[in-house]
Amino acid sequence: MNWNWLNRNTDQILSWLLAHLWLAALPTLLGLLLALPLGAIAFRYRWSYAALITVAGLLYTIPSIALFVVLPGILGTRILNPLNVVVALTLFTLALLVRVVADALDSVPPPVRQSATAMGYRPIRSLLTVQLPLAIPVIGAGLRVAAVSNVSLVSVAALLGVPQLGQLFLVGFQLDFYTPIIAGIVLCLLVAAVFDTIILVAVRLATPWTRAVSHR
Amino acid sequence: MINFDNVSKTFGEGDHRTAAVDDLTIEIPTGKITVFVGPSGCGKTTSLRMINRMIEPTSGTVLIDGVDTRSIDAPTLRRGIGYVIQNAGLFPHRTVLDNIATVPVLQGQSRRSARATAAELLERVGLPESMGQRYPAQLSGGQQQRVGVARALAADPPVMLMDEPFSAVDPVVRAQLQDEFTRLQAELGKTIVFVTHDIDEAVKLGDGIAVLAIGGRLAQYATPAEVLSHPADDFVADFVGRDRGYRALSFTAAGQLPVHEEPTLRLGSSPARGPAPSSAPVGEPYWVLVVDDARQPRGWVDARRLTSGRGVELGDLVLGGSLADPHASLRTALDAALSSPSGRGVAIDADGRVIGTVAARDVLRAIEAARVNAPHSPGQGTSPGAGAREGEADPAAAAVPS
Repeated sequence: MNWNWLNRNTDQILSWLLAHLWLAALPTLLGLLLALPLGAIAFRYRWSYAALITVAGLLYTIPSIALFVVLPGILGTRILNPLNVVVALTLFTLALLVRVVADALDSVPPPVRQSATAMGYRPIRSLLTVQLPLAIPVIGAGLRVAAVSNVSLVSVAALLGVPQLGQLFLVGFQLDFYTPIIAGIVLCLLVAAVFDTIILVAVRLATPWTRAVSHR
Repeated sequence: MINFDNVSKTFGEGDHRTAAVDDLTIEIPTGKITVFVGPSGCGKTTSLRMINRMIEPTSGTVLIDGVDTRSIDAPTLRRGIGYVIQNAGLFPHRTVLDNIATVPVLQGQSRRSARATAAELLERVGLPESMGQRYPAQLSGGQQQRVGVARALAADPPVMLMDEPFSAVDPVVRAQLQDEFTRLQAELGKTIVFVTHDIDEAVKLGDGIAVLAIGGRLAQYATPAEVLSHPADDFVADFVGRDRGYRALSFTAAGQLPVHEEPTLRLGSSPARGPAPSSAPVGEPYWVLVVDDARQPRGWVDARRLTSGRGVELGDLVLGGSLADPHASLRTALDAALSSPSGRGVAIDADGRVIGTVAARDVLRAIEAARVNAPHSPGQGTSPGAGAREGEADPAAAAVPS
């Protein structure tokens, strides 16, 4: 481990870290926001479930590097534009979470759903204030997987020259020098751990009823 | 008043069509409990859910106070109808208070005032106010069911639909909930449609009983006493079961039963003249009724097993069975006699004090007397409800005498 190299390059590494953070966080959020309505549609209309899940599955099998290369042609962006990364990872997150959201809504016990209807909830309000809150634990679990997978996928974009922690791996390979590679792995793990913790805490705060202890 | 006019519901299509409800015509009276009872697959829940349009009829009309339910926006209609579902169906993510406040909040009331009303309702269904801040998972099944009833009552709807509300709790809690429900209904006088597969529950709670057969055919619609004493057809007779004769005793008051004098022994005291009188048959237990200072019955003691000079303790007692109070039915009186170790059923007054004992032979005599004085003979239905046979649901016949 060459600490001198790390010291000399601290500023560069920090800027890559910051870029990595938002390149992984933004698509996770956008993917979730898109997955909520699409997942709700897949849950609500059985015929759309198979279609949406199949498309999502196919989307997820596209290699990330291929998507990074193809997207500029489709979006009209330049190859180095970080927008390509954001769009590609948003699609991956969406692909992962549509099914999670649909299945999470399906996990809400039917009597609860029925009693919401019987009380006089309209469908959208029932979805937003009864079913979605109850689906949070399952959606949260899926979101953790998506967030962590985004942290590692962002690194691939280094091959295109988009600056983020993946650059450390390139530098390491090019110089046959392990310090940046180890630093890159440690920082990626750290980012993933931070995301994971944030989601875990958010889910806990949003679901106080799951920890209510029995007084019986 | 709720009317089903020639209501049918079929599920599936083509060859897979099955009738859940078949041409149901029935009039449900205001302020009474009407029970839909029948085996699974008889369409009782489907019928219930057609009242608040959770299920739409394939044909026919459901009217509430003369208004076709289809003319009312479904969510608006549902907010005006209380609904209690099996297992309560509470919202797990809301506190008990917020669960109860659901419908008032949907109707546009402020959360604050809805919670205040909810707190009062909590007390009304027999739960402490402190429970309001808990989540449903922190409540027992019986408590959840009470909250379910409170939630249905929150907007003070004139009509309540109850779908097997007490079937998921143990028998002791169920009996308790049924009793409290009866008491609550006596105060509130709601129009209640109650679905159950349990004929005992139907008989206990219903002012009128609609017995539904598989395929959604109305087999009989009458008072509980009528269903038990004059089942309309073989299906009803079979469904009502073998014990129906015994169950029917529930509807005959025990008022005229002779009450025999019963010597009692106070808890803590010893028999004045030794353990047992010499006149008592040797070799058999000699049962003496033991009461407490308030003359309330505590149990029976075999006087032969008492050592003289020592007071009777709780540990010596054989607990008696049920008690017959002055308002009890012949069924309760007979049960009191049968479940007592001495064969003599303890009769109590309104304050729970012992007034004597009733004997099984007197109950049997009372049954004989009631048969002689019966206003009608079997097979000839005098109640309007007895007319509904073989699915010929004559609207005029399908009304429960109130």
